Parts: sequence; C-alpha cells; structure tokens
Amino acid sequence: MIFTIASKDLKSMFASPLAWVVLTLVQLAAGFLFFKRLDDFLQVQPQLVQMASPQGFTELVAVPMFYAMAGLIMLIAIPLLAMRLFAEERRNQTMVLLTSAPVSMTDIVLGKFVALMGMLLIIFALIALMPLSLAATTRLDYRFLAVVILGLTLLAAALGAVSLYVSTLTGQPIIAAIGAFGAMVLLAVLGDQLAGNLEMRGLSVLAALAQVFSPVRNFATLSRGVIDSYAVACLLLLALVFLALTVRQLEARRLRGRG
Amino acid sequence: MPPSVSSSAAAAATLRAGGLTRRYGGVAAVDNIDLELNRGEVLGFLGPNGAGKSTTMQLLTGNLAPSAGAISICGIDLLESPVAAKAHIGYLPEVPPLYRDLNVGEFLDLAARLHRVPKGKRAGAVTRAIERCGLAQVSRKLIGTLSKGYQQRVGIAQAIVHEPDVVILDEPTVGLDPNQIRDIRALIRELGNAHSVILSTHILPEVEAICDRVQIMHRGKMVYANTIAALKQRHCGGSLEDVFADLTRGENA
Repeated sequence: MIFTIASKDLKSMFASPLAWVVLTLVQLAAGFLFFKRLDDFLQVQPQLVQMASPQGFTELVAVPMFYAMAGLIMLIAIPLLAMRLFAEERRNQTMVLLTSAPVSMTDIVLGKFVALMGMLLIIFALIALMPLSLAATTRLDYRFLAVVILGLTLLAAALGAVSLYVSTLTGQPIIAAIGAFGAMVLLAVLGDQLAGNLEMRGLSVLAALAQVFSPVRNFATLSRGVIDSYAVACLLLLALVFLALTVRQLEARRLRGRG
Repeated sequence: MPPSVSSSAAAAATLRAGGLTRRYGGVAAVDNIDLELNRGEVLGFLGPNGAGKSTTMQLLTGNLAPSAGAISICGIDLLESPVAAKAHIGYLPEVPPLYRDLNVGEFLDLAARLHRVPKGKRAGAVTRAIERCGLAQVSRKLIGTLSKGYQQRVGIAQAIVHEPDVVILDEPTVGLDPNQIRDIRALIRELGNAHSVILSTHILPEVEAICDRVQIMHRGKMVYANTIAALKQRHCGGSLEDVFADLTRGENA
C-alpha cells in the first residue's frame, strides 16, 4: 500500500513541470561545480604528486561537490518537492480518496515520504554519475564516496520529513515551501549554533541532545568519510520524529474536522 | 460508555450507527442520530442546507471522528478497526476526489489498488466500473479535461470499483444532464439490489423514484424516518415534498 501511494505521488511529480525544473537546476549547478572543481584539481595536480600522502580526486573534487550540493538540495529541492505532497491534496480535496480507503494514516505518510526520497535519490544518482564518469581514468575512493552519499541520503530523509510535516500544516503549496525553507534555515543555523555553543561550554549532555536538531553538523561529520554512529542516529531520529508528528497532525485533523 | 451497536440483531444490516454526535465547539452539527441500513436497500438522506448531512456522511466513512456514538460496518467497528471497516465502504464526497493529471483508467486502477482489489481482478473491476458509469468513451482522457458531469461519474465509479457492501453518495446527481441523471439513478437502483446505498440529495422526486426508505435531517437531528411505501400510503395524495416542508420550513437559522 505504501508503494501504491508512493508510485502515485512520484508519477504526479513527473506530470508537473516542477520536478523537471528542479532536476534541471540541480544538474546545472552540479555540473558547473564539478567542472570548476575538476579544473582547479588539474591545475594543482603537479604539486600534489610531489607530496608524501597527497589528497586525491575523491577528496578534492567529488566530495566537495557533494558537500556544496547538499546546501542547494536542502534549501531549494526538498521544500519545492515536498510542498505539494499534502498541501495540494488538501487544496484539491483529494485527500479524502486516501482517507476513505482501507489504508492507515501511517501508510499514507510513509507512501509520500518514499515518493519524496525516491525523487531525491534520483537526483543524488545523477550527481554521483559525474565523478563516476571518470572512474575509468582515475582512482576513486568508493568507500569514501559511499559514506558521503549515505550522509546525504540521511540528511535528505531528516529534512524531507520536516518538509512533509510542514506540508500538512497548510492548504497552500507555496506557503508550505516557504515554511519548509524557513525550517531548514532554522535547523541549519540555529540548531548548529546551539549544539556548537553548548559543546564549547562543556555541557556535553545538552550538546548531544541539541545535535539531534542540527542535521547539518551531523552531515558534516559523515562527509569527512567517517561513519559516526551518533550522527547517523541523530539524522534517523530527526526523520522519525517528524514522520510521527506528520501522522499525528493528520489524525488530529480527522478528530477536529473541517480543513 | 458509548452506546453499543449489537451485530446479532440483523445479519442483513450492513451499516449501523447509534447515538452518533459531532460537536464543533459547543454546537452539535450532528446530534444523537441513529441509522441502520440493510443489504438490498437504498436510503435517501434529506435535509435543508447545513442540516448535517455531509457531516454525517463524513462520520460514517471514517473521515471525521464522532464526538460520541458508535458505527459498525458489516459488523466491524469503524472506530476500533477503521482499516478493516473501510474496506466495505465506497464513498463519493461532496467534492469528488479526483487527480486531474491522471486519465480515467489510471485513476480507477489507483482507486482499486487503494481499496485492495486483488491484482488478478483489478483490470476486470476497472472495466466494469467504467462500463457501469458510462465512461467508455473517455477512459483514456485526462480527468482534468472532462466536463463536470463526467467528473461526477468518475467520482461515482471510484466509489463502486471495489464492489463495496455500503455505498455512500453525497449528492451524486449534481451537475449531470437529464439523461445522465436517469442512467445514474438506474445504476444506484441496481447497486441497491446487491449492495446497500445511502445517498443525499435535494431532489425529492429522486428519492421517491429510487429509494426504499427516507430519513430527513434538520439542524443535526433526525426528524423523520419512514419507508417510501408507507409514506405513499399514509399521505395518499400528499407527497414527500409536503412532509419535508412541514418538518423543516420557516425555522432555518
């Protein structure tokens, strides 16, 4: 049932121009970044060869590109792709098709979440193709790359769940997108600041708690190529919390009625 | 203790609701109503605008939680096991829930999937719904491009594609032309033979033509319940229109 809903939502994403516009923009940005980084790398390569343990293509081109793309995906792609998932169903009064069917609210939410993640994974795969296209001519650190992509996927899951939740709060997709954008900025700036500040003052327990709400910090850890299990747990926890809140919000609306 | 709904009384009952109440703030939109529907029956649901008909239908289909009362569908408690109970319901809300960027066939296939029609039977179920609702010529058109009447019919098709025991239709003939109305009435009558139907409408002759029983709501309360046959007998010469006017006129808030 989750996949029935997911495939329906993926299909309708591709039926609207928005998905294509987002895909195009992300590809353009990734392509530009990739070539810029690659060009810089080729210029410094002669000096790198003389170093004792030189950084390679993966560290200097592929990973920084992913890192830079994460910001763009987080601030633009996720809010835009998630905005319609619930807000549009509410505006067009189509949600009742799903809520009248023998499907639990959890399945509906997970279906939409899977659709969103599917779309984001397509974007990540297309970005990953750029460094992979050079696999024949250069040595790639696949393990490092895999960890970074894992980090990006977890970051997307956490922020996707936040955006999904915001989408249930309004019947206007645009408001949902702006709200999700605001939530992203809040989590990126405030969450990070808070965790950093608490850590500096030596309040390690509070800092660890605040780290759940600073997905960027957790992603940064993973993008160094280290699977930090606490960072992974924090990202997963944030995703779970907001998925649960989404289900709760929709159930509450059924109790409250009207809108 | 909510009023309990006994399932032993009549095996033929497909829907039972007891003491159903829905409050918004202090106002009761639906106030302590009882409903029973048997297999092979079409129930007409009447009432002036704002009487609580649509709210009642939302309650009966699990789209809105009641403030008090109990609902059972084919003996399954809707509030306790909503997923199992909803499998027996087909619902056309006031605004048909249609995805405008799907074509009619795709949409009905989606509706069949959502209602857990087994894979092997799905194509047959969709074809049958298309046939019954007269959608054969438009089955490959996008729903967004269809006229209001056709969209309404897609809405009805969506409600019956999984052959539910209880079909709940909120003003099913709105926006249809006279020929379509006649077809849809015949369809509802046909559905009423094997399944059971609740329909709300403002067209009183429609109720007299296709319903077995009629219930009238006014200001959230059930003010009249009778069979059409008894109604015709008692008010020989008089009509449903007179009954309706007597019960609801002049006191609309």
